[in-house]
This record gives sequence, structure tokens and C-alpha cells, in this order.
Amino acid sequence: MKIEEILKERILVLDGAMGTMIQQHVLTEEDFRGERFKDHPYPLKGNNDLLSITRPDIIKDIHGQYFEAGADIAETNTFSGTAIAQADYHLEDIIYELNFQSAKIAKEVADEFTRREPHKPRFVAGAMGPTNKTASLSPDVNNPGYRAITFDQLVAAFKEQAKALIDGGVDMLLLETIIDTLNAKAALFAIQTLFEETGNRIPIMVSGTITDASGRTLSGQTTEAFLISVSHVPLLSIGLNCAMGASMLRPYLQVLSEKAPFFISAYPNAGLPNEFGQYDESAEQMGAQVEEFLKEGLVNIVGGCCGTTAEHIKVIARLAARYAPRKVESQLSTVDSR
Amino acid sequence: MNQAKTFKLSGLEAIEITDQSNFVNIGERTNVTGSAKFLKLIKEDKFDEALDVALDQVRGGAQVIDVNMDEGMIDSEAAMVKFLNLMASEPEIARIPVMVDSSKWEVIEAGLKCLQGKGIVNSISMKSGEEEFIRQAKLVKRYGAAVVVMAFDEQGQADTYERRISICRRAYDILVDEVKFPPEDIIFDPNIFPVATGIEEHRNYAVDFFRAAQWIRQNLAHAHVSGGVSNVSFSFRGNQKVREAMHAAFLYHAVKAGMDMGIVNPAMLEVYDAVEKDLLERVEDVLLNRRDDATERLLEYAETVKGSARKKEVDDAWRKGTVEERITHALVKGVIDFIDLDTEEAYQKYEKPLDVIEGPLMAGMNVVGDLFGAGKMFLPQVVKSARVMKKSVAYLTPYLEEEKRRTGGADKPAAKILMATVKGDVHDIGKNIVGVVLACNNYDVVDLGVMVPSEKIIEAAKREKVDMIGLSGLITPSLEEMVHMAKEMQREKMVMPLLIGGATTSRIHTAVKIDPAYDGPVVHVLDASRSVPVASEFINPKTFGNIKTRFKDEYAKLRTDYHLRKEEKNYISLAAARKNQVSINWPEASIVRPAFLGTKAFLNFPLNEIRDYIDWTPFFQTWMLAGRYPGILTDAVVGSEAKKLFDDAQEMLDQIIREKSLQANGIVGFYPASGTATDDVNLSKKEGEPPFATFHFLRQQNKKAQGLPNFCLSDFIAPETSGRQDYIGMFAVTAGIGIETLIAKFKANHDDYSEIMVKALADRLAEAFAECLHAMVRKELWGYAADEKLANSELIAEKYQGIRPAPGYPACPDHTEKGILFDILDVENTVGIKLTESYAMYPASSVSGFYFANSDAKYFGLGKIEKDQVEEYANRKGMSVEEMEKWLSPNLAYDN
Repeated sequence: MKIEEILKERILVLDGAMGTMIQQHVLTEEDFRGERFKDHPYPLKGNNDLLSITRPDIIKDIHGQYFEAGADIAETNTFSGTAIAQADYHLEDIIYELNFQSAKIAKEVADEFTRREPHKPRFVAGAMGPTNKTASLSPDVNNPGYRAITFDQLVAAFKEQAKALIDGGVDMLLLETIIDTLNAKAALFAIQTLFEETGNRIPIMVSGTITDASGRTLSGQTTEAFLISVSHVPLLSIGLNCAMGASMLRPYLQVLSEKAPFFISAYPNAGLPNEFGQYDESAEQMGAQVEEFLKEGLVNIVGGCCGTTAEHIKVIARLAARYAPRKVESQLSTVDSR
Repeated sequence: MNQAKTFKLSGLEAIEITDQSNFVNIGERTNVTGSAKFLKLIKEDKFDEALDVALDQVRGGAQVIDVNMDEGMIDSEAAMVKFLNLMASEPEIARIPVMVDSSKWEVIEAGLKCLQGKGIVNSISMKSGEEEFIRQAKLVKRYGAAVVVMAFDEQGQADTYERRISICRRAYDILVDEVKFPPEDIIFDPNIFPVATGIEEHRNYAVDFFRAAQWIRQNLAHAHVSGGVSNVSFSFRGNQKVREAMHAAFLYHAVKAGMDMGIVNPAMLEVYDAVEKDLLERVEDVLLNRRDDATERLLEYAETVKGSARKKEVDDAWRKGTVEERITHALVKGVIDFIDLDTEEAYQKYEKPLDVIEGPLMAGMNVVGDLFGAGKMFLPQVVKSARVMKKSVAYLTPYLEEEKRRTGGADKPAAKILMATVKGDVHDIGKNIVGVVLACNNYDVVDLGVMVPSEKIIEAAKREKVDMIGLSGLITPSLEEMVHMAKEMQREKMVMPLLIGGATTSRIHTAVKIDPAYDGPVVHVLDASRSVPVASEFINPKTFGNIKTRFKDEYAKLRTDYHLRKEEKNYISLAAARKNQVSINWPEASIVRPAFLGTKAFLNFPLNEIRDYIDWTPFFQTWMLAGRYPGILTDAVVGSEAKKLFDDAQEMLDQIIREKSLQANGIVGFYPASGTATDDVNLSKKEGEPPFATFHFLRQQNKKAQGLPNFCLSDFIAPETSGRQDYIGMFAVTAGIGIETLIAKFKANHDDYSEIMVKALADRLAEAFAECLHAMVRKELWGYAADEKLANSELIAEKYQGIRPAPGYPACPDHTEKGILFDILDVENTVGIKLTESYAMYPASSVSGFYFANSDAKYFGLGKIEKDQVEEYANRKGMSVEEMEKWLSPNLAYDN
């Protein structure tokens, strides 16, 4: 059954945070390096994406825990899987392998669960983070016309990542934690170009981030402007993730729900980080807030971002099963056959 | 129609355009082609102030902001990116969506890569065919923008209702069906053209636009209609009141018809209801094409609100004559207003369009030709006559074609003459004048334009089956190109006559260099008035042999005389000439250090200031009116025509200045310099630094009378051995930025008169600018004559200290030195003048040269030089002797 069909019937559950789950393991520099990067001249600790190659056992285990908790969709461990983000670790050369492996192991776990529970097929979304540079904002306050990255550089990086993810077997791509819509447009441009070149098209999910109470993205757009800016691509879903807790996300989800011709996704953080940078909203606390927008019929896909664990997803999955999905009035074809 | 899809755009905020929305106003001040102020800011790299222009637009209520950087002087792509990035950092501006406006796809694409929101591309079209259109449309979609589609296809811009709707339909179907472009994201621009131009075909332009707009809205689901409104009132440039009323009324009807967005300058828009009733009626008569005399009535009104405009004495008596008399009158007087009417009447009477042309029109033009030949009409009048003639023929053309279809027969075509300015040269005033005069005499002129390579001329000559070829050129390298052209014609075994013309050409050069290269007839045509008798003799088979022999004999004799005479001329060796150089007492010489070293650019220099420096005498020469200004205005023979011409020139100049339609840019540079023993001048960036560039000069070699030196420009710069630090200056100016637009408009109206006029004026402005800048150099920029006070007539008489000789002209005839000068000043990038392969400057209305400040510096002509100097000079320049001889060909005292 195609995911578009399932989404009309029920609310699908996305997994929770990868980082939070990894933190539950105590990992050393050696764990990150493994045999493969033993002699890499730069420190690699903290490069979570790399664990898909050096400690695939841990990553597979996390995917398994989320699927076990009731998630329908797992995100690949590739949030920082572009050459731009990996440049911090001087690992621009392994982008293809990193994404391919991440997709492959996630898909293996998903397939196993699907085999076990054919009534509840599991999917893998290739996660594509925003990179650590912005195309429409200057990092230099004294030089507002300056850009640390160009559209073309972003297109090249996203294209490389998307190709490896698709080759590795992901069911869809997920542009997430979008802080600058121009970066997202570059990613969409890259994906569209790739689709045209290969003739192989898979659904695309887009998820933006509202950075503060002004209700705007970091690059200054309102939710509606953000929606319009990415609507030239027939998306599977559009939504919001990260940054704020579930309750603060609600008004902006309402905007999307009202205006978007796509399915709506939401995967908030487990509240706001405390003074130690930790998220301490419990699964139940978060669940109660998520239930609010489930009741309102605002969403089609729901999950968790920073600070969420398999515990949170278990609660969310249980709640999601009780509510009907949001109805999409004018659903476009989600795969652009153009 | 199905339910309207909402048209959505975004900047930092969203905008939704629905059928209920008001007219969407697109801010147009951040457009270098529309705003002189914005252009200036961008050129001067004042992006902060340019941002203020954008901010004003947003605060003024613009809902979309149009950004256009299409200007020859600007790196459009870089400027677009820089400005959009800066706009993105100003939340108040970035709030609204951007319209990326360029005629260059690369610029559009670069702009799209800067937009996080959903903007609009302005524009794409099927001009270059479907394939490119589809490619661009797909990319626009992939970048996530809406698109303006111009009603333009492979055949050109749509100017009728039918063409507009058929192009828009075709574009729409391709976009929606093939590209899958969201129909609500398509905006059609069905071309707003000027009305009340006096040209019959333009009468229905506004009506056609309204109808097309309505048709698009009714038939092309969800698509929008936009346009640039100020175009409509183009005929009334300078008459703000009429223009504002026209904009208001146009917008009123266009919006009613369905135009839902547009580029409108709010400062040039009157409120529809506030337009005076009488004016509104006249404006709407024009826009809606409600009565035949609508244009005249609006013009009448326009005269009254101009205030100062004098009441025109209208003498209608001639309208009472026969149609033949009226046509002759219109041709002789250059009256264009009634020619369509009279042509139609003549057509009714003669029944065959060709009979009208060969009958009353030719009869009228014969009168013009006779009067011109007899010196009773002057060139400016003839050009106006030609305009009337062209208009009448244009009116008859559909009938002619219909006739051809019906009879299937080919009628005897008029004699065809191909005209071209040769490769490397850009000057075409003279060529255009000859073209007009020939056309007046019923020749079919095929004009290939400027910078035409020989193979293209030959190919066109064969394809068009022309009867003869006319070549034009102004700069000396063009002479060589003409020789080349003659050789090529010989190689192609052509036999048709080759006519040679242009300021640099001469009978002697034609006889000595061109004629021997080609067995067919070659004739040097001194001026436009001689072109007709020569051409007519060649066209007549009975006289062809006769005239050919006559010229061949004449030129053979000239060649013999030339060679004989040359034998008698005395030249001295280069070494001897150097011994006889200008002697300046350097230790005592006054040398002033320039106020600055390096370069200084003057962009968009006020034309008003330049105007005062115009030397008008050459202007009258361009128009073949002999005499010096201002005496010529009261001359017994040409005075009244000269006066009319002068008045027309003043009027056009006023308008150019008012509308800033021409732009003057210039640059000067000063550098420490020292002369060398071998007639070079070395330049360094600062005193005491090693040289970074060298200019090479040539020395007179003819034997001089006692006490007269053999001049060379390097004599005017202190040599290193003198122990004095001297300086040299240089400059490049143009007044031709923007001229293409003006010319294109005049061409579209078959208005040769205005076209030649604007070129002649731009030439004068460039010369005047050079004069003006030279005065600034003397008084302040270099400052060696700070207290100089001279009247314009004294300036023209060059009663000042120092000279400004130009490379390619008598004192330093080697054009290639211009390349060095252009490099040093970076002229192409700073000023916007390009050099062709023959070192002609483009735009043609440009001047460049050196500044020599020494009080002994004077102009001179190099004359002929000997091989010893050419060989040494080639060596100094690192060029082959052969190549050097090609460039210096007119100055060689020997046969090469």
C-alpha cells in the first residue's frame, strides 16, 4: 500500500530524536572512529552520522526501538550528511557512503518489522538537515550582503546526499529543521534535478522550524510565506519540527493546516531545553500537548524531535491511533510526474 | 470558467492575489532602465542609498518590487545578486516579493538563486523558439517563481489583437500542458505600445491591448495580465499633464478589461476622475480609437498645456489640390499627417498599388530629387521627404502583396543597392544618409548595418541579387578593410559596381588601393548627392560600359600621377628627423604636477553642462549644409533650412536632457611620464617607480624648411635625461550610452530624420564633453592653467595651453595605441566604450586621447613616413612590420 493511501486513513507516527538516544550510550572518540577512521587527523567524537558506518549496531538498535514503540517512519541517521556539514570533520569525501549506509541499515530494520507486521508497513525517510550555513542570511553583521554559501553550492551538496539516500533505499526524503527557506529551495531544486536525471521519483517531506515566539523562521519568513515558497514542488507533506514544544507549535500548524494542499507533519521537541541544555518534558507531558492538535485534526504525521525517546514515541503512537487524520482538501499528486 | 486559483507570492510575508484583489502595483524605481537616479547609485556602487530607493517603494505601497540591472555599463549579474542579497537583509523591504527583471536569462537565474520567497520572473518569451522557452519555463518552475510571459514569438513582438491572443494562447498551452506550469502563476504581458504616434497602424494599439487583456482573462484560465503603462504615452514625452491623464485613462480601461497587475510609476499617474473632462475625452478618443482626428485633437490640446508652445499657423490650402498635387506637396514639405489618407485615395484612383508608386509618388520624389540636385532643397528636408515616402509605401505594402498573390507574377523590382559599414567600424551617419537619398530615388536599399564582415556582405549581395554594393567607413583601418573587400569580390568573380564612401575615404585612396584590386567598377562617391547620378548610370545597361570605362581610366591616370608625384617628394631618415626634433628648454620649462595621479571617472555627467561646449559647425557639415555656425543660420542660401535644422536639434537636445535618454560617461588619468630617445613615452604609477606602460609615437619624416622641426608627440614630454619629472594625461568619453534605445524607436517609426539627428547630436555631445573635460583638466584636474578664462569660440579656436590629440588622428595615426590607453584607464569597464577589432570605439559617439600640458605642445599632422621608421616602430611595439604597415597604410611613403 502506498504511503499516500495510508495517510488518508490514519495518522502516521514518525520516530523521535536520534541524538538523544545515542546519548544513552556512553561513546568515546574510539567508538566514533572505529577501525576505518583510526588515523583520521581530526577529532570525530560527536559526529553522530558517522556511527552509521562505525557503530551500525547502535543505530540499527535505535531504529528498532522506535519501530517497536509504534513508529511507522524512521529517519535515517543523516541529519548532518552533506559535504557542507561534514566539512567540520573533514569528511567531505565519505558523503555517498555515509548516506548510503545509513539508508541501507534503516531500511533493513524497517523491512524486518514490515515482514513481522504486514498490516503496519514501516517506512524510511532520508533525513536531510539544513546544513550549518545559510544562503539568505549573512553571518557577518557588518556585511549584510555577504553569504557564506551559495545556492549552487547547496544544490551540489544536497544532490549528492539525496542520490546516496535514494540509492540506499529510502522510501522518501525529508528536508527537516529548515531555518532558511532558500537552503530548502536549493535542496528541492537539487532533488527535482536528480529526479529528472534518474527518472526515479520518491515522495518529499518538508519540515520547517519556527525559531521563536515571533512565529517566523530564522530567515524571517512567516509560516504562510514559508509554505508558499516551497509549494512549487508537489510535496507529500509540509510541517514543523524542533525549536519549541508542542503547545507553542499549534498556532502555526493551524496556519499550515488551513492553507496547505499537502499532508501536515509535526514533530516538536520535548519542551524547551533546561539550563543544562537537557529536555525534561516527560512522555506524558508532551503527549498531552500533542493530543491537542490531534483532537483538532491538524496533522497527518506526528513524531518527536530533540529530547524525545522511544518512551515519548510510544505515548504519541498510542494517542495518534485514537484520532482521525486531517483531511486534505485538494491533495496534489505527491510525485511530480512532470 | 472554473473556480479561480489563488495567485500566491511571498517575500518574508505572504501575498495572495484573488479576483477580489485590487490592482497589484509593482514598484519600478529599482530599475536601472527606468530610473536614472537608481542607475547612478548602482554605477557609483552606492548600494546603501539604492536600498533606500527600494524602501521608499515598499513604504509607498508597492506590493511587488521590480529589480532590473540591465545596463551596458553594469555587471548586471553581479549587481543583481548584490542588491537582492542586501534587500534580503532589510526586513521591511524583504517583506514583499521580488520581480527579477532582465532580458538576460543568466541575470534572471542569478537573481532567482537569491530569493527565499516566491518571486516573479520578468520575463520569458518564445522569441528564441519553443525549445528555449520550455527550458526557461521549467527552470523558473524549479526555482519556485511565477513568470511574466511577453507576447513575443519567433516572428517578433505581437502588435495586433490577433497576434497577441494567438501567441498568448500558444504560450499558455505549452506552459500548462507541457511544462505543467501552474496556470495561476502565469502573467501575460501583451505589450503596451505608444499611441497617438501619427502612424496609422498604431491607432488601435490601446484597443487591441484592452481586447487582448479581456480575451486572456476569459480564455486562459487563471492567468494574469500585466504591462508597463508608461509606454502608452511615449509620444507625449515631456508633457506631464497629458501623460498622466493617458496613464489614468489607460489603466482605467485596462483594469476593466482584466489587467490585474502592472508597472506603474505612481508619480506619473493622475486619478481617473480628476482628469479634466475635455482632456479625458480627447485621451479616450485616442485610446479607444474613437475618431479619425483623435491624435490631432490630443496634439492640439497638448500644445495648449505646453504653455510656452507657440500657436502653429496651419495652412490647409494645399489640401484642396488634386491627390497628385497633395502627394507632391507632402513629399516636398515632408508633411506626414495626411499621407495615409492621400495614398488610399490615390490607390482608389489608380487601382494598382504599383501604379501609385510609379505614378504620383515617383513624380513627387522626382520633384524632390530635382530640387535637391538644384540645391533648392537640403538634406534634412530630403530625409523628411523620405520618411513620407516610406510611410506611403508601407501603407501600400499589403495591397502590393495582395496583388502579387492574385497575379502570381513578379513585377520588375527596383534596382537594389547593398549598403554596409565595413568590419571593425561603427560609424553610419553618412551611410544612412546615402541610403535615404537612394531610397528617395526609388532604389531598394538593403542596409546590413555596421561592423559587417566581407563574407557577410558578399553572401547578402548574392542572396539579395543586388545591383551594386556601397561600403562606408570612417576610421583609417576601414580603408584596408575596403581593399580586402575589393579583393574578395574579385576572388568571387563578381562584376557589380563597388561604391566607396565615408569620411576617411578619398578619390586618391580608391584609385591607388581599391580600384586595382577589383576588375569591376569601383567609384569613390564624395557625398550623398553624388550617389544617385552614379548609381543611375550603372543601373542603365546602355550607360554601364561607358561609366565603368570612364572611372577605370580616371583612376588609372590618378595612380600614374600619384606615383610620379611621390617620386618628387623628399623624405629624410628617421635618425635625421630625430635630430631635428622640437627643442624645449627642459630645465626652464614649467611643469605642473597633476592634482592627482591615477584615474577619475565621471559617470552620468550633466548633459546641460556639456551642451555649452558644443561646436555646431561640424553638425551642419554632417547634414551637408556648408557654412560656419552661427553665420550659417542667416546665410542667404541655406540659412532658413539651417535654422529649422538647428531648432529641431535644440528641441531634441532639450528632450534628451530632460529625459536623460542619453548618458555621458568619461574618465581621465594622469601619470608620471618620461620621453625616450626612441620617441616612446614611459608611464609609471608614481614618481620614481619603474614604468608600467609605454606609448609609442611617430615622427614626421618629410623634409622641412629651415627652422621647422620634425614633430613627434613625445617631444612634448620631458626626457629622462633632462632630470625633470614630467606627466602625461589621457581620457576617454562617450555620450552614446542609451542611444540604441532611441534609434530603435526612431527606426520603428521609419523616422530616418530623427535617427540621423540623434546620432549627429550624440557625436557633438561627445566632442563637447571632451572639450569640457579638457577645460576641467586644465583648470582643476591637472590644474596647469588654473586661471584660464575663455569663451566657447576661443575654445573651438583652441586658444588654450596644451593639446589633446587622439590616437588614429593626424598627430598619432596608429589606432592600436588606443588599446594601450583603454587598458590603462580600463575604459570598457568604467565608461562603457568598447573597441572593435579595428579599434573603432563603440558607441560611435565617443572620443579618446592624450593630454599634453607643455606650452609648446601643438597639433600637427604626421604625413608620410618611411620604411626605416615603420620597421623600428614595429619593433618597439613588438608587432610584425607587415602588420604595422597594415595599420599605418595611409601614412606609408612607400608601396608595401
